[in-house]
Amino acid sequence: MAVIEIKQVAKTFGSFTALHSVDLTIADQEFMVLLGASGCGKTTLLRIIAGLETPTTGEVWIGGRRVDHLPPRERGIAMVFQNYAVFPHLTVFENIAFGLRMKKMDQAEVTRRVNRTAELMHIEQLLKRYSGELSGGQRQRVAVARALAMEPDVILMDEPLSNLDALLRLEMRAELKGVLAESKTTTIYVTHDQVEAMSLADRISVMNGGRIVQAANPVEVYRNPAARFVGSFIGNPPMNFLKAEPAGAGKWQVAGQVFDGPAAAAAEFAIRPEDLHPAEAGLPAEVRVVEPLGPHTLITASVAGQPFRAVLESNLLPAPGDMLRLAPVPDRIRWFDPATQSAL
Amino acid sequence: MSVTSVRRAGNRVFIAGVALLILWVLLPIWLLFVNALSAPAEVTGFPKRFIPSFDLASLSFFFGFSGVVDALWNSVKVAALTMILSIGVGAPAGYALSRFDFPGKETFRFLVVMTRAFPLPLLALPLAVMFIRTGLDDTITGLALVHTTLALPFAVLITFSLFSGIPLELEEAAWTLGCTRLQAFTKVILPLAAPGIAASAVFAFVISWNEVFAAAVLTIENRTLTAFLLQSIDVSPLPLKFAGGAALVLPALFFIFAVRKYLFAMWGIANR
Repeated sequence: MAVIEIKQVAKTFGSFTALHSVDLTIADQEFMVLLGASGCGKTTLLRIIAGLETPTTGEVWIGGRRVDHLPPRERGIAMVFQNYAVFPHLTVFENIAFGLRMKKMDQAEVTRRVNRTAELMHIEQLLKRYSGELSGGQRQRVAVARALAMEPDVILMDEPLSNLDALLRLEMRAELKGVLAESKTTTIYVTHDQVEAMSLADRISVMNGGRIVQAANPVEVYRNPAARFVGSFIGNPPMNFLKAEPAGAGKWQVAGQVFDGPAAAAAEFAIRPEDLHPAEAGLPAEVRVVEPLGPHTLITASVAGQPFRAVLESNLLPAPGDMLRLAPVPDRIRWFDPATQSAL
Repeated sequence: MSVTSVRRAGNRVFIAGVALLILWVLLPIWLLFVNALSAPAEVTGFPKRFIPSFDLASLSFFFGFSGVVDALWNSVKVAALTMILSIGVGAPAGYALSRFDFPGKETFRFLVVMTRAFPLPLLALPLAVMFIRTGLDDTITGLALVHTTLALPFAVLITFSLFSGIPLELEEAAWTLGCTRLQAFTKVILPLAAPGIAASAVFAFVISWNEVFAAAVLTIENRTLTAFLLQSIDVSPLPLKFAGGAALVLPALFFIFAVRKYLFAMWGIANR
């Protein structure tokens, strides 16, 4: 149970800047996901919070205590690693008990806590086994149980599901969410998988190039991207962007159509593929590829020479070469500043 | 010629090659042990019996020979000290190489190997002079120090590859679970690396056990077995030479065989 405050944390490796002055506050018991492509600095930020990496400048506070000069063991954290890091020379029981024994807890309490967390993670039948005798999914459960047994203020997770196969990942995702909500710890979870981020997070911090571009709840991040990058990174297929010409008085001309927009010198028009529907009047789209996916049909088209995607109802099956008129839902249109890339 | 007969001929060449290599290694060892375990009269005889007569006369005479047991004991002491010193210094160096980035790391690794390229005879005379000045000449410690410099590069490289094979994540996990750096090392890294470290220690022991040049130059009274044999073998009867050879070779063979897996790993041959 702790608030985490990150104040102007920056990290450079030689001439490479991994983090540019990051500020972030994570509320008590919040599930915060750090989302971004590889190399965006999300793992570096997590490791700085864990104490496995030292920030070049800035401060890290956990539960009202400044911790950036403390070693990992004094920060009140537990961490789950990408490759599980289950100790191969110890049984599952001793793995889960490892942190408790370091705290010099008495044997009865150790046994009680190990059994409880093992039960929570459904691995009570594996307690006598060694890591070499476990499957990837089971190892992941041991790693999570080992972190939970510590009853830490903060749990840090570094892409914990990325080494599992798709079906197992889906199952573990739902289970993790339930277990962590019950444990009442503050969680920071690093992933590059947007579906994982959307499904788990109370709040998502989208990172790009060593900066946090947007930190907001999943729906907000999806509906109102703070920057062009967020719109293009989140969503499958991602947001569509089209050039817009000023038509005076807050009006903008996009592919021959006029839309109400912001009062700005320049703007870029953006719309999510599912916020479009065929209409009498709309953006003129020349269909290139048609993908019937079952629940809906994915259209890849060209609007005024720019690539454009639309998710339409599955009973609509245009042929490549057809001309469609696609009308955007008016209140779902977003505008971005082409110079700063941020939302208008 | 048909394809099968060509293949069969190729097979024969292959088998002959393998047989030759096996003989190359095993024949001298076989000769050594057959002669060491035969009665003194049989040693000069020919043809040899494949299984020796297990007459222990040569061996018992050899071990009864004055100075042999002392030399053997000296060898063990020097080798044990070499083992302790080279692991005590080499393992931390191997750990540092595998876990830390420091300026000159690659140069250091290269220099570690380079020490083996420096010929010992060149060093022996200045070393002897220096040892006499510091009073280290003709002592177990002095010789063990020289043997340590010979064994150290291997100790560093074997432990380096050993520690590199243990994921850093395991150590980091231990830190987050309440360990200091030292505790993480003793509770997680050491148990995982122990068999390999033991292998590296045995290898250092064998290097010292087999070393003859420095031992012959730097000791006079406190001869090791190799130096003792070098000195007295010319003037000994043939059965004694074989007995001495066998006493020298057997421990080395046995130890190297026991730790071969780790030595192969050092030389990059996948054996797991």
